[in-house]
Amino acid sequence: MPQLIRMDRTGHTTLAEWTVQDPAAVEAAVAALHAELDNGYFAVVSRPDGTAEQVRELPVDAQLVILRRPIAGG
Amino acid sequence: MDDRRLRRRTQLWTLTTVGHTVPLILAAGFLAGLAPVTVPVAVVLLVHAWVIPELYASRGAGVVRVRPSVEAAAHRRSLGLLGDLVGHDARELHRRTGLVLEPGRLGVWVVGEAGALLVRPGGRVVCCYCVHATDPELPTGDRVAHLLLALRADEAGFATVANLAFAGACWRLRRRLPAIRRDALVQARIRASAAM
Repeated sequence: MPQLIRMDRTGHTTLAEWTVQDPAAVEAAVAALHAELDNGYFAVVSRPDGTAEQVRELPVDAQLVILRRPIAGG
Repeated sequence: MDDRRLRRRTQLWTLTTVGHTVPLILAAGFLAGLAPVTVPVAVVLLVHAWVIPELYASRGAGVVRVRPSVEAAAHRRSLGLLGDLVGHDARELHRRTGLVLEPGRLGVWVVGEAGALLVRPGGRVVCCYCVHATDPELPTGDRVAHLLLALRADEAGFATVANLAFAGACWRLRRRLPAIRRDALVQARIRASAAM
């Protein structure tokens, strides 16, 4: 089942799980994603082939969307 | 950041190192030839010429230092997520060295908790970047995962945001790395050499 997870001090927290057939779950996942984006998180879709893409909207077909903090040099 | 700009920055770094050391070596040669009494001063200058690049390399090695982790449960959980993001070989390397190997367009990356090494194609030159997730309380695996995901999503942006702490010969950096971490650099050099 696709998951929206946030990397945090607990290791990570699952914020939402959804299936394409469940509009209510998708809506909840979208709301959770936008709330975290507003908090300064970046959303990254991690694909099984080892690539990743930063997104601003929930890709409902993705298996794993990870929220991460910004990075900084220094 | 692209390949051309990165090459220029690396060359500039090399020029700076040459600029720091060659005058000392020349002065040492001059003093050694001047009179026997000035030979000790020449030796001191040669030591300086050797130590300066070593200090730079030591700073570069510092980017993959280990930071203390938070509580054990969070640590284990974060390592589980990181393990899901990488393949079996990378997981095994991380278990041994605390570092994750990630091939990219600019070279082969070795990602740690608070920085990354970039072994350039050919395996001779390495760039050391200081870069970290902005939450200092994250557990170990999450710190690495943050950098890994940022790198995968935008390699050029990653190399731009990160601060270059050292660029130079792999052999010089290798000697300054803790023994437990050297294997990751060796593996990256092998991959970078094969990519040529």
